[in-house]
Amino acid sequence: MSEILLQIDGKDVKATETMTVLEAARSAGIHIPTLCHHEKLEPYGGCRLCTVEVETRGRARLVAACLFPVQPDLIVRTHTPEVDKLRKTIIELLMAHAPDSFELLDLAQEYGADRNRFDQESSFCLLCGLCVRYCNEVKQKNAIAFVDCGAKREINFIPEIASQECRDCKECFPLCPTSYLQAAYFLTEALAFPHESNAAHALTKK
Amino acid sequence: MQTANIDQIIDAHQGKPSALIHVLMEIQHVNHWLPREVLKKVSQKLEVPFNRVLQVATFYKTFSMIPKGSHEVHVCMGTTCRMRGAGELLDTVKDLIGVDVGETDADMKYSLENGSCLGCCSLGPEIIVNGKHHTRVEPSKADDVLKSYA
Repeated sequence: MSEILLQIDGKDVKATETMTVLEAARSAGIHIPTLCHHEKLEPYGGCRLCTVEVETRGRARLVAACLFPVQPDLIVRTHTPEVDKLRKTIIELLMAHAPDSFELLDLAQEYGADRNRFDQESSFCLLCGLCVRYCNEVKQKNAIAFVDCGAKREINFIPEIASQECRDCKECFPLCPTSYLQAAYFLTEALAFPHESNAAHALTKK
Repeated sequence: MQTANIDQIIDAHQGKPSALIHVLMEIQHVNHWLPREVLKKVSQKLEVPFNRVLQVATFYKTFSMIPKGSHEVHVCMGTTCRMRGAGELLDTVKDLIGVDVGETDADMKYSLENGSCLGCCSLGPEIIVNGKHHTRVEPSKADDVLKSYA
């Protein structure tokens, strides 16, 4: 595999052909914020927080670092006023959905985002897809699905599969940047396969 | 439900995950809706994970996960039709069928949908029943259009 030389924030970085800009930056110790990225999963490009400015042949444009492959002589800038402003807006938009997410609160502080800039429409889910993709790609259980489209899009546990697979797994729980996933799971459990999980019921039996 | 027909459609595309949307469209066409059991069968036979099938089936407006009537009635609410009086027409159709947009009447005969521009602006306002365009429909003529499908 041939080596590619590119420049990130004025620093020369060596990368291999198959890497993305995000991976190259991380290997050089340069921090790019992400939300929907996970090392074990295919890049998704859902949250756009990793947006950076790239320059090729004198032309600069904004791309998602987690998807953009490295190229020879690429110039990457991870912090420009434009990029920072964009990230701030993305954080503010996400906070309209999940105002109390710890990950978002940290990012908001870093980028000076105002959590009340947009009217709150608390769906509590950021649609980062971490749970859905982890279940599909790593566990290959396919127990969670995105349903519906546009503004109505949401995650759903599929009761038939979740009742078989989820009780002893729950590996997706710590991935969720909010707590919506847990809530969605326990709601599904309560509605679709409640018996054994109902602690109060188990106690009264004794 | 025409189980034999549906099985035939699914079997024809066995083991071909790429035919998912095609299969769902054909089933939607003959059955007017996609029952969960059918989706499970599609998932098994086409070797597509069930959550993927569910995702596709809920994503497109073409597919319905709830039972639909045998005649699909669309009333165009695009800008042109609206200016030509589609609002009044839609109200009339709602009254005639007795359901709101997105619903099906109790006899499972008519399902009512609207759309934002269904294509024939110069001939609006229009009603489309089972894909056939009825153009320049005055509210008073809506009854005749629906009756022709009775």
